[in-house]
Amino acid sequence: MTPEDRRYSSEHEWARVDGGEVVVGITDFAQNQLGDVVYVELPRVGDQVKQMKVMGVIESVKAASDLYSPVTGEVVAVNDAAVAEPQAINDSPYDRGWLIRVRPDSLDELNGLMSAQEYDLHVSDRGAEE
Amino acid sequence: MSFVPLTPAEAAAMLARVGVSSVDDLFEVIPAAVRFPALDLPPGQSELTVSREVRGLAAQDRPTGELACFLGAGAYHHYIPSAVGALANRAEFATSYTPYQPEISQGTLQATFEFQSLVCDLFELDVANASVYDGATALAEAVLMAERLTRRERVVLAGSVHPEYRSVVETYVAERGTELVLGEVAATDGALREADVAALLDERTACCVVQQPSFFGGIADFSALRQACDRVGALLVMVCNPIALGLLKSPGAWGADIAVAEGQPLGVPMSFGGPWVGLMATRERYVRQMPGRIVGAARDAQGRRGYVLTLQAREQHIRREKATSNVCTNEALLALHATIYLSLLGPTGLRQVAENCYQYAHYAAAQIARLPGYAVLTPEPYFHEFVVRCPLPPEELNRRLLADGILGGLPLGRFFPELADCALLCCTEMNTRAEIDKLVAALAAA
Amino acid sequence: MGEPLLSELSVEGRLGHRFPAPDVPAAPLPDAGLLRDRLPLPQLSELEVVRHFTRLSQLNYAVDTGFYPLGSCTMKYNPKIDDEMARLPGFAGLHPYQPAETTQGALRLLAELEAALAEITGFAAITLQPSAGAHGELTGMLIIRAHHLGAGDTGRRRVLVPDSAHGTNPATAAMCGYETVTVPADARGNVDLDALRRELREDVAALMLTAPSTLGLFDEHMPEIAAAVHEVGALLYGDGANLNALLGVARPADLGFDVMHMNLHKTFATPHGGGGPGAGPVAVRADLARYLPVPVVARAADGRYFLDSNRPDSIGRVRAFGGHFGVLVRAYTYIRLLGADGLRQVSETAVLNANYLRVLLQDAYDVAYNRPCMHEVVLSGRRQKARGARTLDLAKRLIDYGYHPPTIYFPLVVDEALMIEPPETESKPTLDAFAAAMLAIAAEAAEQPELLREAPHHTPVGRLDETTAARHPVLRWPVPDELGAAPAAVGRAQPLGV
Repeated sequence: MTPEDRRYSSEHEWARVDGGEVVVGITDFAQNQLGDVVYVELPRVGDQVKQMKVMGVIESVKAASDLYSPVTGEVVAVNDAAVAEPQAINDSPYDRGWLIRVRPDSLDELNGLMSAQEYDLHVSDRGAEE
Repeated sequence: MSFVPLTPAEAAAMLARVGVSSVDDLFEVIPAAVRFPALDLPPGQSELTVSREVRGLAAQDRPTGELACFLGAGAYHHYIPSAVGALANRAEFATSYTPYQPEISQGTLQATFEFQSLVCDLFELDVANASVYDGATALAEAVLMAERLTRRERVVLAGSVHPEYRSVVETYVAERGTELVLGEVAATDGALREADVAALLDERTACCVVQQPSFFGGIADFSALRQACDRVGALLVMVCNPIALGLLKSPGAWGADIAVAEGQPLGVPMSFGGPWVGLMATRERYVRQMPGRIVGAARDAQGRRGYVLTLQAREQHIRREKATSNVCTNEALLALHATIYLSLLGPTGLRQVAENCYQYAHYAAAQIARLPGYAVLTPEPYFHEFVVRCPLPPEELNRRLLADGILGGLPLGRFFPELADCALLCCTEMNTRAEIDKLVAALAAA
Repeated sequence: MGEPLLSELSVEGRLGHRFPAPDVPAAPLPDAGLLRDRLPLPQLSELEVVRHFTRLSQLNYAVDTGFYPLGSCTMKYNPKIDDEMARLPGFAGLHPYQPAETTQGALRLLAELEAALAEITGFAAITLQPSAGAHGELTGMLIIRAHHLGAGDTGRRRVLVPDSAHGTNPATAAMCGYETVTVPADARGNVDLDALRRELREDVAALMLTAPSTLGLFDEHMPEIAAAVHEVGALLYGDGANLNALLGVARPADLGFDVMHMNLHKTFATPHGGGGPGAGPVAVRADLARYLPVPVVARAADGRYFLDSNRPDSIGRVRAFGGHFGVLVRAYTYIRLLGADGLRQVSETAVLNANYLRVLLQDAYDVAYNRPCMHEVVLSGRRQKARGARTLDLAKRLIDYGYHPPTIYFPLVVDEALMIEPPETESKPTLDAFAAAMLAIAAEAAEQPELLREAPHHTPVGRLDETTAARHPVLRWPVPDELGAAPAAVGRAQPLGV
C-alpha cells in the first residue's frame, strides 16, 4: 500500500512533511526495480538541494540510478544507518529506509508532486508501457 | 582458409530450414547499390604460405634479443621466466571471455583477484583495479578521477613525468576545461634539475602528478610535497616503475592517493609497444571513483568461496553516460603475465632484479662519466636510467653503435629540444659487464 | 574443490626464481629513507606456481573448450598460427623506440594491415593506435569533435544514440563532453526515423550507430538515416562491434558512415584473453585523416617506413608508445589466411548460423523482432518469466548443459533479453545441440522452474552472493572466513567437466 501521508515525484522519490521539515526517500516500486541496494551516495548535512535536480546516486548490483530531490532546501540530516546498511532501504523504504531530511525553502513546492493515488497510476502506466 | 566447418550439404539443410534458397537472400535488406563489393585483397592462403610471408617480415627486424640493449624510457628489456608464457598462454586463459558468468570463470577471476592483491602489496595501497590499457591511460584515468573527487579542474604535472604520458593526459582532458600546469626541468651546472612542483600548487589544484623513478631516472623524496598537497587539499598521484618497487619506497608509504604504473616490465614482452598493462591503485575511501573492472571475493549458498566482478554499477554497461569511464576491456591476459611473474620472483627475486638494474646502470654511468666529451646529467640518486650528454648528435652515435650490435639510449631531442645533444640510457639485469664495457669502448671510439 | 590463494600457499623462504648477482663493483644504494623496508609478496616454488595456475586454468570455460553464444562478442576460433606469428622474436622483441631501420618488417605489417582494413571497410585512412573498442570509440568521437571545432562549429553539444546502444557509446560521448540523447526504435526494430529527425538539429555532433544493431538487425532505413544526419551537418559514427555480419557484404563507408571503430578481438579472431587485450582501430573518411592520433605509419620517398608524429591537426596521443602490436600481428595473419573470399564466407556463414538458430528457437521463445536477422538474434525470455523462470535462471541452467550462456539483459530495450551470436566457426552439430538444450530448458521452465532457479549444479562454485560482495567489498587478500574458508590444497584440481 502506497502511504497516503506523503507526496511523490515522477522519479520515484517520496516527500513527507514532519514538523516543518521534509523527509525524503525512495518508493517501494523503486527499491523493487533496483534490487538489493548495495550503496547509496547522499548529500552532506548543510548541502543545498533543488527540486528535480540530482542529489545523489543509489546503486544495486545490476543498476545505478540518480536520486532527484523532490524539494528545494538545505539538508539537515542524513540517514547514516541506511548508508551503512542499505538493506534497510529495500526492507523498509518508507520508514527505516529514509534518506535525507530537508529544511525546505517553501512547503508549497510539494503541491507540484503527486498524491499516492496519482503515483500509483503513474507506476501502472509505466507498467503498461513495458 | 576461413576456419568455417560448414559443408555444402549442411548449408543446404540449414537454408531449407530457414526457408530461403540461398544465403544471398538473407542480405536483401542491404541496399543493392552497395551490396557484395569486390574487396581488393589478396586471396586467402594456406597457413604454410602465410607463415612463410609473415616470418619474412619479422626477419627484417632486429629485435632486442639480438642486440646489447641500452634503450628504456618507459619500455624495458627484462628477462621473462619461461613459466610465464607456458602458463599464461594456456588456451583456457587465452581464449576465455570476460568473466561475466563467474561459476565457469573462477580461473580468470581468482587470478585477477590475486593480481589486484599483488598490486596493492607492491604499491602499499588499499585497492587496485583489474588493470587498464597501459601506464599512460592509467595516468589519464587517475587525473580524471582526481578531478571527480576534488571537483577541481587544475592539474600540476612534474616536468619529469614521461612526455608521452603527459601527451595522453592532454588528449583525455582536452575538452574539459582542465588547466594543465607543467613543472620545469633544466640542465644547469652539469646536472638535470627540476623546479619544485610544490610551489605550483594552489586551492584550485585537483592533483599533483610525479613519477618515481622520473623519466630521467632520478629518485626523489616526496615528504615535503605530500605536506604541500595536504595544505591545499590536492591529491598526490604517482607514476611508478614496478621493478624499481622491488627496492624503492612504495607510493603508499609516500602517502600517494592514487598510484599508476606500466606493468610491461613484469613478464610482458615489449612487442613494439603493446599490448601492455596499466596498473592502478588507490585508497579505500576512493574506490567507488576508480574506473575499470574490479574483482571481489564472495561466497555461494553452500559457503564455498569464489570471486566475482563487483562494483559494476560504476561501469559503462550499467551507468552508461554517468560511468566513471568508458572502459570495457581490461588487459586480463597481460595482468596474468604480471601475476605469474611476481609469483615466481617473490620479494627476493624482485629485489634481485631491481638491484641488478641499479648496479649495472651505476657501473655504466661511472665508466661513461670518465670518457672525455661525455657527461652524466642525472644526479644521484637514480635507479636504472640516466641522461648522458654526448659529444656527437646521439642519433649519429646510435647509428655507429648499431653497426656494433648495440642499441643505444633514447635521443632526447624529440621530447626536450634543449637536451638535443643528450640520450637517456638504461641498464637492466639483461645487460652484462662485457656488454657495458663494449658500449663504453664504442662510445670512446666515436 | 577450489584453489587456495597465492598468499595462502606462501611459505617464508620459498624461492621460485633467482637471478645471477651483478658482476660489477657494487655501488652504494640510495639512503634508507628512499628504500622500502618490507615487500610482503607471496613466496612460492616454481612447481607450486605452475600447479596453481594450471589448476586455475582448469576452472575456466574457453572457446577452445566450448561454444560461447555471446551476442556482439563474436567468440570465433582464434587460429593458433596467429599466436605463433605474434611471438616471433622479430616482433615480440622489438622496443617501440628502436630506430625505424631496425623495424621495417613490423612497420610494413602495420601499413599492410591498415590498407587491408581500409579496403574491408571502405574508408580512406586508419589508425591502429587504440587499445580496445571503447578506446577506439573515444578516439573516433574525439576526431568528430576536432572536425566540428576545426570548422569553427562550437555549438554542437549533443550526440544521439539508439536506445539499443551498448553502454560504451553514451559513456564515450560523456567523456568527450557531449550530452547524450536517446532515440527509440520503431516497431520493426529500426531506429525510429521520425524521432531521429525531430532530434537532428544543428546542435547535434553525431549519431552513434551500430550496424547491424545490437538487436541483430540491419536497419531498413540505412540510407535515410545517413542522409538525415548529414543534412544537419552532423557525422555518422559507426560502432563496428557487429562487423562480422558485413565482411564482403557491405562496406560501412558505402553505407554512409564517416568514422567507425572495429574490434579486432571480435571480427578478426584475436583471442579475448579473459577480458583483454583487444584492439580498436578507427577508420575515417579522407577529410578526417588529418585528425588521426599520432603516430601514423608513413612511407618516405625511398620506400622506407617510419612513424610520423608531425601532424599538426592530430587529436594527439591516445596511448603512449604504439598500439597493441601483438594483437595487430594476429589480425594481419588472420586476414592473410582468409583473403577476400574467406572474409565473405565468414559473414555469410555467421548470418546463416544466426537465422538457423532463430528458426529452431522461435516456437519456444519470443523472438524480439522476428524478421531475418544478421549474425545474431535477440530472444526474450518473457514467456518463461511468466512461469517463474527469469532469463538469469535460463542462463545458469544452460551451464548445466555444458554451454556458456548467451548475453543476457542486453539490449536493455528487450525485456528479459537473450542475445545469441553463433560465429561462423561453430558447426551445425554444435548449433543443433545448443538448440536442443535451449528447447529442453524451455520445457523445464514450464514444468520444473526450480531446476533453473537452483542452477548451475555442477560447477566449482554455485551462484555467488553478489549483493554482499558489493555491499562489503573484499577486493584483495586476505579473504575473511565469512566469505568461505580457504580451500584445502588437494592432490589434483577438479576440472570444469562441462
